[in-house]
Amino acid sequence: MSDPVSAMNGAKFSGLAQVEDSGLQGMITLRGDLASDTLKAAVKAATGADVPASGHVSLSAEGGVAWMSPDELLLLVPYEVVDAKVVDLAEALKGEHALAVNVSDARGVFRLSGDGAREVLAKICPVDMSAEAFKPGQFRRTRMAQVAAAFWLDDDGAFHIVCFRSVAAYVFNLLSVSAHPQSKVGVY
Amino acid sequence: MLILECPYCGVKAEETELAAGGEAHLKRFGPGSSDEEFHDYLFMRENPKGVHFERWRHANGCGKWFHAARCTMTLEVFGTYSAQTTEPPKEIQDKISEKRPNWTWRDVK
Ligand SMILES: [Zn+2]
Repeated sequence: MSDPVSAMNGAKFSGLAQVEDSGLQGMITLRGDLASDTLKAAVKAATGADVPASGHVSLSAEGGVAWMSPDELLLLVPYEVVDAKVVDLAEALKGEHALAVNVSDARGVFRLSGDGAREVLAKICPVDMSAEAFKPGQFRRTRMAQVAAAFWLDDDGAFHIVCFRSVAAYVFNLLSVSAHPQSKVGVY
Repeated sequence: MLILECPYCGVKAEETELAAGGEAHLKRFGPGSSDEEFHDYLFMRENPKGVHFERWRHANGCGKWFHAARCTMTLEVFGTYSAQTTEPPKEIQDKISEKRPNWTWRDVK
């Protein structure tokens, strides 16, 4: 059988902030009616987390749920169980106008931590990254230089970045350049 | 720089997070229409200096299409609104009237 590896296979960079490949992460794109009780229950059962408010992520011990759009969620589950979770979701959502797809291997995931993390993102995303504007639990889909990306901030002050796997090397290099030790701006 | 608030996700999106979709509220003329109607549908566009209505897509964001009312001369944004409408909603029109009392756009005034 194949031996799955994450997009940047554990790559790390340390500068103004620490950039690291997060390793294998189970991810399910779920589209449907986010107000539906059936869907809410299925999401809770799959991730242990509730459907978050617009622009937010809700995290549980073993996973989480990110708000992607008015009819789309990104479910975070352990990589090993993602296929089983998709089967469970399809079963739980029978009769609903909904679709769940395993996208784990189509994405790259990075962890960005350290004092300079906000500045590293602010240089490459058109997003207000000040501590007052972007708080733990917030989730944002945006542009990271030339490619689409999304990120959330956890309670420990680390950002988790998701991008398409085909541009994961670009995003890793971009984050590393933005975190170059001699490129401090010092706004945050 | 143009900043539009996406009515679907509430993000105040800077222009580079969006994709421009051209003029708003076009009515499609297809099979069965006259040559002139089809010609106008394909080619005739407003190009005002002032109040204008456009389609935008929150491309690097929630992905939804929406509408925006803005001034092409000053870049002032009067408001953004749902894509599921064939004409500018009344509250947007009222907001424009407050600031540009004699505005017109196609057959909207
Ligand atoms: Zn949006």
